[in-house]
Amino acid sequence: MEGKKKTQEAERTSDRPSVTGDAPMTRGESRGKAKARLRVAKAYKMYVGGAFVRSESGRYFQVESAKGHADADADVVNVPRGSRKDVRDAVLAAKNALGGWEKRTPFNRGQILYRLAEVMESRRAELVESIARAGGALEDAEREVEAAIDRAVYYAGWADKVSGVVASHNPVSGPHFGFSLPEPMGVVCVLAPERPSLLGLLSTTLPVITGGNTCVALASAEDPRTAIVFSECLATSDLPGGVLNVLTGHADELAPVMAKHREVIAIDAWLVDADLRAKVQAEGADNVKRVKVRVPMDPDSWLDERRGQGLSWIERHLETKTVWHPMGV
Amino acid sequence: MSTEQNGSGLSLFRAGSGGGRGPSAYALFNPPPVDKVAVEERAAALATRSIKKAAKVAGLKLAVSMMDLTTLEGKDTPGKVRQLCQKAMRPLDSDPSIGPCAAICVYPNLVPVAKATLAGSTVKVASVATAFPSGQSPLSIKLDDTRRAVELGADEIDMVIDRGAMLTGDYAKVFDEIAATKEACGAAHLKVILETGELGSYDVVRRASDLAIAAGADFIKTSTGKIQPAATLPVTLVMLEAIRDYYYASGRRIGMKPAGGVRTAKQSLQYLVLLRETLGDAWLTPDLFRFGASALLNDVLMQLEKERTGAYQASEDFSKD
Amino acid sequence: MGQITRSEKDSVEKRSSAALDFGAAWEYAPAPEATDHIRIDPKYELFIGGKWRAPRAGKYFQTISPSTEQVLAEVAEAGAEDVDDAVKAARQAYDNVWSKMRGAERAKYIFRISRAIQEKARELAIVESMDGGKPIKESRDVDVPLAAAHFFYHAGWADKLDYAFQGRPHRPLGVAGQIIPWNFPLLMAAWKIAPALACGNTVVLKPAETTPLTALLLAQIIEECELPPGVVNILTGAGATGAAIASHPDVDKIAFTGSTGVGKRIQKSIAGTTKRLTLELGGKAANIVFGDASLDQAVEGIVRGIYFNQGHVCCAGSRLLVEESVHDVIVRKLKDRMMTLRLGDPLDKNTDVGAINSKMQLGKIRELVEAGEQEGAERYSAPVKLPEKGYWFPPTFFTGAGQSCRIAREEIFGPVLTIMTFRTPDEAIEKANNTMYGLSAGIWTDKGSKIFHMATRLKAGVIWGNTYNKFDPSSPFGGYKESGFGREGGRQGLLAYTDVE
Repeated sequence: MEGKKKTQEAERTSDRPSVTGDAPMTRGESRGKAKARLRVAKAYKMYVGGAFVRSESGRYFQVESAKGHADADADVVNVPRGSRKDVRDAVLAAKNALGGWEKRTPFNRGQILYRLAEVMESRRAELVESIARAGGALEDAEREVEAAIDRAVYYAGWADKVSGVVASHNPVSGPHFGFSLPEPMGVVCVLAPERPSLLGLLSTTLPVITGGNTCVALASAEDPRTAIVFSECLATSDLPGGVLNVLTGHADELAPVMAKHREVIAIDAWLVDADLRAKVQAEGADNVKRVKVRVPMDPDSWLDERRGQGLSWIERHLETKTVWHPMGV
Repeated sequence: MSTEQNGSGLSLFRAGSGGGRGPSAYALFNPPPVDKVAVEERAAALATRSIKKAAKVAGLKLAVSMMDLTTLEGKDTPGKVRQLCQKAMRPLDSDPSIGPCAAICVYPNLVPVAKATLAGSTVKVASVATAFPSGQSPLSIKLDDTRRAVELGADEIDMVIDRGAMLTGDYAKVFDEIAATKEACGAAHLKVILETGELGSYDVVRRASDLAIAAGADFIKTSTGKIQPAATLPVTLVMLEAIRDYYYASGRRIGMKPAGGVRTAKQSLQYLVLLRETLGDAWLTPDLFRFGASALLNDVLMQLEKERTGAYQASEDFSKD
Repeated sequence: MGQITRSEKDSVEKRSSAALDFGAAWEYAPAPEATDHIRIDPKYELFIGGKWRAPRAGKYFQTISPSTEQVLAEVAEAGAEDVDDAVKAARQAYDNVWSKMRGAERAKYIFRISRAIQEKARELAIVESMDGGKPIKESRDVDVPLAAAHFFYHAGWADKLDYAFQGRPHRPLGVAGQIIPWNFPLLMAAWKIAPALACGNTVVLKPAETTPLTALLLAQIIEECELPPGVVNILTGAGATGAAIASHPDVDKIAFTGSTGVGKRIQKSIAGTTKRLTLELGGKAANIVFGDASLDQAVEGIVRGIYFNQGHVCCAGSRLLVEESVHDVIVRKLKDRMMTLRLGDPLDKNTDVGAINSKMQLGKIRELVEAGEQEGAERYSAPVKLPEKGYWFPPTFFTGAGQSCRIAREEIFGPVLTIMTFRTPDEAIEKANNTMYGLSAGIWTDKGSKIFHMATRLKAGVIWGNTYNKFDPSSPFGGYKESGFGREGGRQGLLAYTDVE
């Protein structure tokens, strides 16, 4: 079935012979003012294990640029259409990164997240343009990027405070010292909302990694390019490879794969399609996955500091470990 | 330090290559650590055993036979000791099947009186020695004390260890004094009092137990009765575990004597339950378990009479010696 | 120095021959708990909307004592219609009364329940032991006091929830459907009901079909405490009743404690709904003993870990991982310790190991033990005499088993321990985590830094260092991985019954 889809897509794209994956043509000429050099166009790739990769399946899907925003890209770009095996590889990368990430001090995780904010700030224009390219007003894109950068700062500050706030000393009746600490769950999959493409992805994944989990996210299919630009920020932000992996592709194809994957301990799925939500819930039961399926919020809610972020977003992907020890000499 | 030895009960010390006296001549093995909370929990759990009817009577009679009736006071006199001896030989005038007790425990000066009074009975004479209760005298005096008590007729010697040496880590001194006292005892049995109430932790109790056993103790004993706390169930359990490990390792059975603080029949049954479920049947004998007590006997007798008659007893009905 | 030589010589010669004898030199007489003050009704109805009511379909089932196989009572079997009635009652109570009541008032009701349990403690303990087969000393000293403590602890939260969630807005979930197991019948009811009520939810609870009686006594207590009708509804029944509760569209939250298999089915069954779910499922906990531990206390912990409540404990320390250097001494000490375990009449105050809860469970235990033997592991069972009537299994352990054996992987839920060895701390961690479960683990070592090293690496929700099977209402309990999700107890446990922003 997968093979069939692939063929169909390939056929569809073959109707447009002017655009191919590896030989991008620039539309620079179309802007009227001829340039002396041919612009180097970017091949969009997924971010897995700290590397930018195409889908192992070789498949892609196409994203068009909104009018007036094609200056850095082709009108239509090819984006990898992640496969079941790409999920497998990304989960493996996340699994391999887990030990190192959860053992880092929370302070260090916070610094890395802050570094991410710094890198995003420096690439702010590119992020804004990328969002705008996918449609929508420029000022909305600006607002979204600003909120996204601030959200990275927000979670950077949480990293070394979560435990202090949610851990407990348990005053048990007896000569024992008891305490409960939050711990990362493991590999968490996120199905990011379609919109806002950057803020939605960042708001759903950063709290996951703030708590020490590693993450495999499926980016918005409406605007996967921005997720890839964001991935480039990740790649240059000291975040260890594999901690946050960004796939592009179709949720209806990949969400059940993620839900079924036994190495994945939790899934946070923002899905419009009720049947798909139910499917993710049902498939997740096979390994008692911590499944949270949700109807995407409206775009303004993501901007809202009360609704779009918070301790609960981190706590949702933490386990509580309770430790007992006797007190006596 | 090898974990292999942990809990196996192997000897604490090995002679060093020097062969001379002093700490350098010993290699020290770590005794197994003791977890206070778990030991106390285990002792408390065993204390909830419900001992009824025939089991109660059998247990209480056994307790009587294990008693070292003790008087260790400055005001002890021959008269007092004679009366105590009578009680030891025939604890309950109305029932000859009860008793006799295991021994009378007195200061050395009163050994001859006890010996004479007990002549012909199975009741042994135990004498405290080695500058009881503090042990804070030169070794020569402690050894003289021991030899004199044996010469005066003591069948058993209850010595005290040098707690000061124990707590400063001079285990070699503690060991040597016990070994020397054992030698001074000759044929007399040696009970080594650890004075657990002064040792500060179960770990030190365990170390002292292992050390005393390795140095030649026939019995290890909790307390002089002069220091609080004296015997407790958990401290006794720690010592029984040392005895058990030594038995596993050597096949030799060491005796145990909780002393001081055991006042009620119920407590005595709790100790016997602890003994039975830690070391098993072989230790349920006065040869391997004693109670060091004075007030305990009458309470046990009252309970025995209560079991026999079904009526709660009045204390005045029992002789006060 | 003579003694030194002697002891070393002895130790070499006699080391293996010395054996302790736990015979009949001093046998304890029977010490049965008096039961003449206990009244069990011949028949119990459903507790719905504050009233005792016959099931609509008129069906009843028997609950028996697993130690005597005698029928104790007939108990109503709730059908889907009864479940619907109960959910309606709970919904009304939630909408009209409980969610509107001030926290301080809710608290006082819950405090009342705690006090009433204390007043009736002995009766509850006796009935628990009769209906479930557990030793009276456990129901008396563990189950019932902890049940009372759970209500007392959570009562105090009812008017302090603002402090529990760091100032975040929060609200109750609504009607909670709760399905509990047979291993700690009253205690599990307390674990479920107390936090639900404290957080402002109403409850439909189903006890296990083999142990319904103490939940029904609890319903009587709740009635006597004058809780508003419908706040707590108790429905007896089997799997179908539980399924009806889980699938009822007007239930907002499901809390389930039981097997991983059933937990997965429930999780699957609520797919497509917005029901909240917490699961407390099975386990195959590693109890890890290092050579530097207090070995005698570790043996106590091993016994407590696996023979407590006949091993019917989801967090039982059913895999013993022993540092190879002390394997033999641990096995020897364990064998001697097992000689003193007293199996028999659950109502005897000296009984350490009671009856297996049901014939079905006994069959499962036997099947897995046979599998262990067939896989070539060496079995040791304490030489206890099993009573003729009732369901019994002797305390048992296996040595020589590998990680791949069924007895090392599957939850036996009985008094059966699988002993394996390790050489290094890393190997212990690897083996301990090599399971789909992650409920609990034990670590025995005298070295503090080793405890913390191990505790942070073991993938389990509850870590007992130098102790085992300890519970407290202030201490969050729950699993990693396929042992479930959500916590019970402590501030963290409140999250299971609250919607927090």
